[in-house]
Amino acid sequence: MLALGLVALGVVLVGACLLSVRYGSRPLSMSDVLGALGNTRPDDTDQLVVRTLRVPRTIAGLMVGAALGLSGAVMQGVARNPLADPGLLGVNAGAALFVVIGISVFGVTTASGYVWFAFVGAAVVAVGVYAIGSIGREGATPVKLALAGAAVSAALVSVTTAVLLTDVQTFDRFRFWTVGSLAAAKPAQLWDVAPFVVVGVVLALVTGRLLNALSLGDDVARALGQKIALARIVSALAVVLLCGAATAVAGPIGFLGLTVPHLARIITGPDYRWILPYSALLAPILLLVSDVLGRVVARPGELQVGIVMAVVGAPFFIALVRRRKLAEL
Amino acid sequence: MAVLDHTPLGLVAAPTSTSAVVGGRRRRQARVVSVTASLLAVLFALFCVALSLGDMRIPILDVVRTLVGAGDPASDFIVRELRLPRAVLAVLTGAAFGLSGIVFQTLVRNPLASPDIIGISFGASAAAVIGIIVLGLGGAAVSLLSFGGALVTALAIYLLSWKNGVTGYRLVLVGIGVGAMLSSVVSYVITRAEITSAAEALVWLTGSLNAASWSAVGVLAVCLLFLVPATLVLGRYLRQLGLGDDAAQALGVPIERARLALMLVGVALAAVATAAAGPVAFVAFVAGPIAKRLVGHVGLALVPAMVVGAVMMLGSDLVAQHALPSTQLPVGVVTGIVGAPYLIWLLVTTNRVGRGG
Repeated sequence: MLALGLVALGVVLVGACLLSVRYGSRPLSMSDVLGALGNTRPDDTDQLVVRTLRVPRTIAGLMVGAALGLSGAVMQGVARNPLADPGLLGVNAGAALFVVIGISVFGVTTASGYVWFAFVGAAVVAVGVYAIGSIGREGATPVKLALAGAAVSAALVSVTTAVLLTDVQTFDRFRFWTVGSLAAAKPAQLWDVAPFVVVGVVLALVTGRLLNALSLGDDVARALGQKIALARIVSALAVVLLCGAATAVAGPIGFLGLTVPHLARIITGPDYRWILPYSALLAPILLLVSDVLGRVVARPGELQVGIVMAVVGAPFFIALVRRRKLAEL
Repeated sequence: MAVLDHTPLGLVAAPTSTSAVVGGRRRRQARVVSVTASLLAVLFALFCVALSLGDMRIPILDVVRTLVGAGDPASDFIVRELRLPRAVLAVLTGAAFGLSGIVFQTLVRNPLASPDIIGISFGASAAAVIGIIVLGLGGAAVSLLSFGGALVTALAIYLLSWKNGVTGYRLVLVGIGVGAMLSSVVSYVITRAEITSAAEALVWLTGSLNAASWSAVGVLAVCLLFLVPATLVLGRYLRQLGLGDDAAQALGVPIERARLALMLVGVALAAVATAAAGPVAFVAFVAGPIAKRLVGHVGLALVPAMVVGAVMMLGSDLVAQHALPSTQLPVGVVTGIVGAPYLIWLLVTTNRVGRGG
């Protein structure tokens, strides 16, 4: 049953990809799209748009979506915390600060140069926030983690702002990066990041059994013969690879990692071996549809996908908070 | 600081139990008074320094002379028209932020729940950025918009977390969610602007006293004239709510109404201060815990928190104005850089003792 569901989601995902290739500021017909994919007339403008803009953007959406969905699921499983999300836990703010330092101090101008800074920033802050949030007897409770994330974000943002205020040029580049958008994705950059995403996806998908064990509590997991420390390290590595890669390609996109695992959980129940692949498919669908939505609603301009995700995701988050039993995962 | 330790502990000889309690209370009150007095002295010293420094340095004695109305015309003009509004605005906004912060922190019983963390400032920011960039406004109009933005956001957060009453826990989380959404609205609006007005918006977002004027001071002073006494009167409930809902109910506190009233004044304080100076980071957040530490964790430290906020704001603005010879930084940069490490430390320690939530 669940396997059939995965196939169905795969079909929907292909549909979402086609939508993403077709819709945009320049209206194209489906035959243009299919023609361009088959590469019939190399000098046709429509087909050029498809090949150089729309297809890379769609692939970026696939990669970023899968990465954020999986990292959200792994984070929620490892932290046993329903509110874990790269944006809310300050990972985005960390990546942002390091990108600003990269642009301002090290003079990085290309997006493929940002990647490394985004990685390091995401890694440092993810580990830091989780460490701070889990100090104390009761471990990483939802409120402690969310507050640690919000507070560390506030701190990082004010340092980021201090750099930006003294450097208008950096600010001019940064402000477009920080909304979170798939529009600027270049094929070369996607190739740079692809290996990280692949490794991260594989790592994340194999953590299913470990996360199932962790969800029973550390003691039970240990009694079942799981190596807890190893499980946490593998999961953390996957999260950092995935978040870092996604943030490097698209800038900070919040709420996707938060919402998708919950949607997946509604379909699959609590088994992480199913939650993870469902998240990996649901997230890019949601991201691509949001991206298309952003292109359609604000014509002739467009609404960056990071904004659309925030507007869609925040109400979901609030609904989640309002549910009575929050701390059960 | 040495002054604070001179409590007459050794002088009370063999007290009976009641007189020990009374004596203890008196000692604590004496400590609150002496702490507040020392803080006020520090504030006054900073105030004079702030008035003295600038492109044209005026000796401290002349500053004092000018303040009491016996200075020469030139320094009268510089001090009263140019520097005084800025210094007074720093004191007033700092006090308002400090008071607002401690009200929220006590109400939610979490030292991390200040208005700048739980999303209220983001409402002010979003409204102000829309005002500056989309509507092309400036000055008082932006202040008014940001005030409205903060109030609407606070109301939204309150209503969204209402479910048979409001718990601090839900309030904080809903606030964080709403804040995250609004901050992406801010980012979006900033991408739609020319770089110059985007930079102007960024200065506002950081919090700055560069636009200080007597009219801004006047508006803020009138607001605080109502809000501060109201908050101090409500402080009685705050102390009881701080014991937990059950204990407060047993003491006869009308819980939901008291909480709503306290939230209203807390939000209004943050909103008027933000309208005047922008969402200056961490002042609201840090003032309360510092004040509590200084008075020794006894009861509420509302007035000391106000003075600590004012000292922080004025001191940070001094550093921001004079740290770099070429440019004037917005005050929010300094409070942010000072506040961030403190915040991390606070997170670590509150979590360690298991009070993090």
